Order: sequence, then C-alpha cells, then structure tokens
Amino acid sequence: MKTLTDNWSTYWDGFLGTLSLFAASAVLSLVLGVLMAGFRVSPVRPLRVFGTVWVTVLRNTPLTLLFFIVVLGLPRFDITLPFYTFAVLALGCYTSAFVCESMRSGINTVPSGQGEAARSLGMSFGQTMSLVVLPQAYRSVVAPIGSVMIALAKNTAIAGSFSVTELLGTYRTINELGYSIIWTFFWIAVGYLIITLAISAVFNLLERRVAVSR
Amino acid sequence: MTGESSALYDIPGPKALARHRLYGGIALLLIAALIGWVVYMLFHTQQFTYAKWEPFTYQGVQDLLLRGLGNTLRAFGWTVLFALPFGALFAAGRLSDHRVVRWFATLVVEFFRAMPLLVMIFFVFVALRVQPLWALVAGLVLYNGSVLAEVFRAGVLAVPKGQREAAYALGMRKTQVMTYVLVPQANRAMLPAIISQLVVALKDTSLGFLITFEEFLHAGKLIATNLDYDLPFIPVVIVIAPIYIGMCLLLSWLARWVERRSRRSPSVRGGAPVAKAGVAMGLPPSAQ
Repeated sequence: MKTLTDNWSTYWDGFLGTLSLFAASAVLSLVLGVLMAGFRVSPVRPLRVFGTVWVTVLRNTPLTLLFFIVVLGLPRFDITLPFYTFAVLALGCYTSAFVCESMRSGINTVPSGQGEAARSLGMSFGQTMSLVVLPQAYRSVVAPIGSVMIALAKNTAIAGSFSVTELLGTYRTINELGYSIIWTFFWIAVGYLIITLAISAVFNLLERRVAVSR
Repeated sequence: MTGESSALYDIPGPKALARHRLYGGIALLLIAALIGWVVYMLFHTQQFTYAKWEPFTYQGVQDLLLRGLGNTLRAFGWTVLFALPFGALFAAGRLSDHRVVRWFATLVVEFFRAMPLLVMIFFVFVALRVQPLWALVAGLVLYNGSVLAEVFRAGVLAVPKGQREAAYALGMRKTQVMTYVLVPQANRAMLPAIISQLVVALKDTSLGFLITFEEFLHAGKLIATNLDYDLPFIPVVIVIAPIYIGMCLLLSWLARWVERRSRRSPSVRGGAPVAKAGVAMGLPPSAQ
C-alpha cells in the first residue's frame, strides 16, 4: 500500500498517459477501420485491393516492428513528431486492421434480402445504409469491437518502451527509488485491470442495449 | 464481389459501371501518388547509396541477422512446446467436475488473459531476474497458453451433446469419453484457431526486443544504429520487415488452408459434422 501512496502522482500520470494513449488510438483506429471496411466492401476494385493489402499486411506485422518502423523510421523521412503522436499512429494503424475485419464481417451478416427489400421500396443508397443495413450490422459488431478495444488497451504497454509516459513505464522510476519491485508491479497490474474491466463493462452494457431477440 | 450478391448494392448497370470505373481510376491515381511519394522520399533521403547497403555483404552482419532470426524461432519453438500442454491442462481444469479445480483454472486463465503480455514479461524479467529468453518464453506461454485453454474448452463444448451422452451410455468413463470421443472431434474444428493463436505468439516474440533479448529486431537495431555503416535504418527495415511479415503470413495462410480443408469434407469417413469452435470465447485469437 505504501508503494502506491508514496508514488501516487507517478502512478496517476502513468495511468492518465495510458488512458489518453488508448483514447486517441481508439478514435484513430475506429475512423481508419471504418474507412478500410468501406473500401473492402465497395464496388471499386482498386479500393478493395488497397483495403485488402492494408488489412493483410498490418494483421501480420508484429506491433513492436511497427513501432520500430514508425518511431525510428519516419524521422529518416524528415517527419519529426512527438513520440506520443508516433505511438498513436502505430497503435491506431495496427488496430484499424482488426476493426476493419470486425466491421466487414458485421456487414456481411446482414442478409442481402434486407438491402434488396430496401431498394425495392425506393430507398436511396444513403437511406438503405443508414436505416436498414448499418443498424443491423451494428448489433453483431459491438462484441468483437469490444475485444479489439481491450486488446488495444493492453497493447499500449508497448509504447512505454518508446519514450511515452504510460503505466508500465512507471516501474523504472519507482524501482529506482528503492520500492519493492513485486508491489510496484502489483499496482501496475491493478491499473491495467481497472482499464480493461471498465472497457469490457462499457461494451457489455452496449451489447445488452442493442440486443434483440430474433 | 463479382457474381456474389451483397446487401449493399445491386448488380451495377452500364451507368453505374462507368461511374465505378471513374472512381477506380481516381483511386488508382491516388494510390500511385502515395507509392510515388514513398519511392521519391527513399531516393531523396538517399537510402539506396552503396554505403548503406554494403554492410549486408559482410559475413559478420549476415551471421548477426541469421542468429537473431534463429533466436526468434527458438523462442517461438519453446513457446509452442510449453503453451500447448499448458492450454490443454487448464482447459481440462476448466472442464473438470471438481469445483475447486474449476475455479482455480478459471482464475488463472482469466487473469493471464486480462494482463498485458508485456507486463508479465517485464515482471518475470525485472522482478524475478530471469534470463531474457526465458522471461520472454514464460510470458508468452502464460498468455498464449491461457488463450489456447479457452480455444480448447470452446472446441470441446462445441461437439454435439449427443456424442457425449452416447459415449456415457456405452459405459465409458470420464477420461475415456474425453480422449476417445470429444477431443478427437474437437481437434478438427479447433486446428485453425490454434494455428491463428500461434501466429499471435510468433508476432509477440518481437516483444523480446524490449527486454534486450537478442532476437531478429535486436540484430536489426544493432546494424541500423552503427555509425560506420552510415546508419542504414531504412535498408534494415526493407530487409527485416518482409521476412517477419512473410513468416506470419505463411502461418496465417496455413490456418486458412486447414480451415477450408476441414470445412470441405465434414463427414467423409463417417465422422460427426464438425462444429465451429471459437465462437463462444470472449476474445477471438485474432484480436490480439
């Protein structure tokens, strides 16, 4: 307990760092993921190929390698941004591939008869999407996106090794002050559990709200 | 999407086709511009000079890279070797009839699945002062073993209920039902999910880089930060990334191939229809 109370501000900074890293990368990955899912289901072939390549490559890239490329590689192209932005870029791009796959399989669960019925009623493309297809896809997408987001929250730990303030990285500071290493890690673990449990609670709630007996 | 109907749009007529072609042209131009920019930047920042690529002709550098790759594969091999039995053990624990065993196995599996893998690796490395290789393997085994336990459990539970009941009705014991009836059938359904989880393990061996384990990325970094070689960072990435991604892609394709094969012949030799595993789990293995 003493380890926690004495180093409260260090832990708190780390906790907030992890949270903000998670929030920023979650937004980026959702935006990119939806865009790529749109590409992958579009009738335009080059976009489809681009989306497929994006997903296939990123899903099979180790996240550490991606961090390595983004944090140490982009500066060689004279692109210098804060480490935080680099970390968000790497995490967001990596996670967008998984978001895209969840979205795409969600859209594919909507029976094609739904779209056909909507169109035969004279709905425009926008109406078909926003009133018929997407609300149904949304239901089957909530749970997979939830697990992708939990994985993202856990992956933020890697950023600590690339000079970003976050929860796991706090162990160095606290360790140097001579506190028990076991307890240091215990409180870090508690911090991560709080974040992942909170995310899964939010998504459980969402899932229950959109659940419809069929 | 040709020939396959989708909820999103009808089969396009001539006007829509022309429009799609126009969009396709614009998209191609944009993608070409992106690739062009990357290539221009590569030349502009002089990544293809002789000095930056010469190191790769040295015997020592090649040996360094090969040793790194060997270490990566070694960590992966140990992980597979320990994670599969770990997963099987804890899956059996979670399916046990004894409440205490079940609770204990559930606690262990859920805890290690909820913890970031890197936290466990750092804990073993820093707090328990273990060699980097074994710290990495320990973390990978605990995490991937726990996920595999869930895969195994979901696979066994997905076998149709009648199979278990029939086996009990024939007078088989608990262990016999498991080993002769449930596991062999579950195996076929689970194999793709297991291989996908191994892809995750292979990807995660790169975390060893962060605890100074001398694996593939580490070797790359040594070369990339060498002033004598004119800091050949981009060349190192061009060499390393395709090998890493290629290994993972091969394993992913193997998983997909196995999946398609098992789906194609569900009951040729009189087996029960293969149930789909991996649906009931909280975390799909691909989400890592």
